[in-house]
Amino acid sequence: MLRAAAGIGAVTGAYGVSFGAVAVAAGLGPLQACALSLLMFTGGSQFAMVGAIAGGAQPLAGAATAVLLGVRNAFYGLRLSPVLGVRGGRRLAAAHLVIDESAAMGGAQSTVAAGRLAFWATGSAVFVGWNAMTLVGALGAAALSDPAVLGLDVAGPAAFVALLAPRLRDVGTWAVALTAATVGVAAAPLVPSGVPVLLAAGVAVAAGLIRRGPVAGDDLDPHPVGDDPDPGRGPR
Amino acid sequence: MWTAVLVGSAACYGLKLVGLSVPERVLADRRVQRVAGLLPVALLAALIGLQGLTTGDRIVPDARLVGLAVAVVAQWRRAPFLVVVASACATTALVRVLA
Repeated sequence: MLRAAAGIGAVTGAYGVSFGAVAVAAGLGPLQACALSLLMFTGGSQFAMVGAIAGGAQPLAGAATAVLLGVRNAFYGLRLSPVLGVRGGRRLAAAHLVIDESAAMGGAQSTVAAGRLAFWATGSAVFVGWNAMTLVGALGAAALSDPAVLGLDVAGPAAFVALLAPRLRDVGTWAVALTAATVGVAAAPLVPSGVPVLLAAGVAVAAGLIRRGPVAGDDLDPHPVGDDPDPGRGPR
Repeated sequence: MWTAVLVGSAACYGLKLVGLSVPERVLADRRVQRVAGLLPVALLAALIGLQGLTTGDRIVPDARLVGLAVAVVAQWRRAPFLVVVASACATTALVRVLA
């Protein structure tokens, strides 16, 4: 299990290079890129924020997008808390490591002790790999005269394709995805930047309140590792 | 920019901590869970469209679309995550060089 955690950390690190480079290409300084990886430490949110800024959004509007995408971490924490049983300072530390990978690994073990070990090992490995390689990517991109020539502006959306695909499990989730994308793009010329993403979030809220039946897009349940073809995909 | 970095980070950390701290029944409502499950679906889909198709407040179809199409095919073929991202970037860069 420790070997699996180290492997996930290494793969995530490779992805961290692209975050560092994309962040610098979006106009952040290398220090700011590293601060995001150290402090925000949830890759999907980080990509969303720098992508929005690269697209001309105000930095705070970009941060709001990141926070919306980070809501799922609260639900991971909810599922993890009976496994981890942490209080006080350890809870504060554990919270920082709650990401897709650590939630998936921690939630997929058969005993509480194994779950705790998997959570801490995976979270720590990803934290080290992600931050070290963000620095490498940021410094590398800062050394290039024009990082856009590498096509890095498409790294964020391409990563989102990979993150979205496993969540499209039925007609309902497909409908929500297509509606949200259409609403977001159609609204872009009409409203201030940052608002299209809020309208897309509104699509999810409306669909969630209207629809009946089983919990859709059930990513509240950290995927068992065997269910996920590639768990080492960056702290999303 | 630093304000956004620090405020966004603090809020994201707060969300993680809330999940570990609140009693389970608070977030156990089925409607809340459905919305929470659909939120990443809607946001990721909208971000693909926005960051792949728009520049500022204009819709600008360009080389990014070709890269995204390659990413979709790679993902459909179950390529590893890094291959999906790298092939999209390389394709976009190539199209720009050729154009």
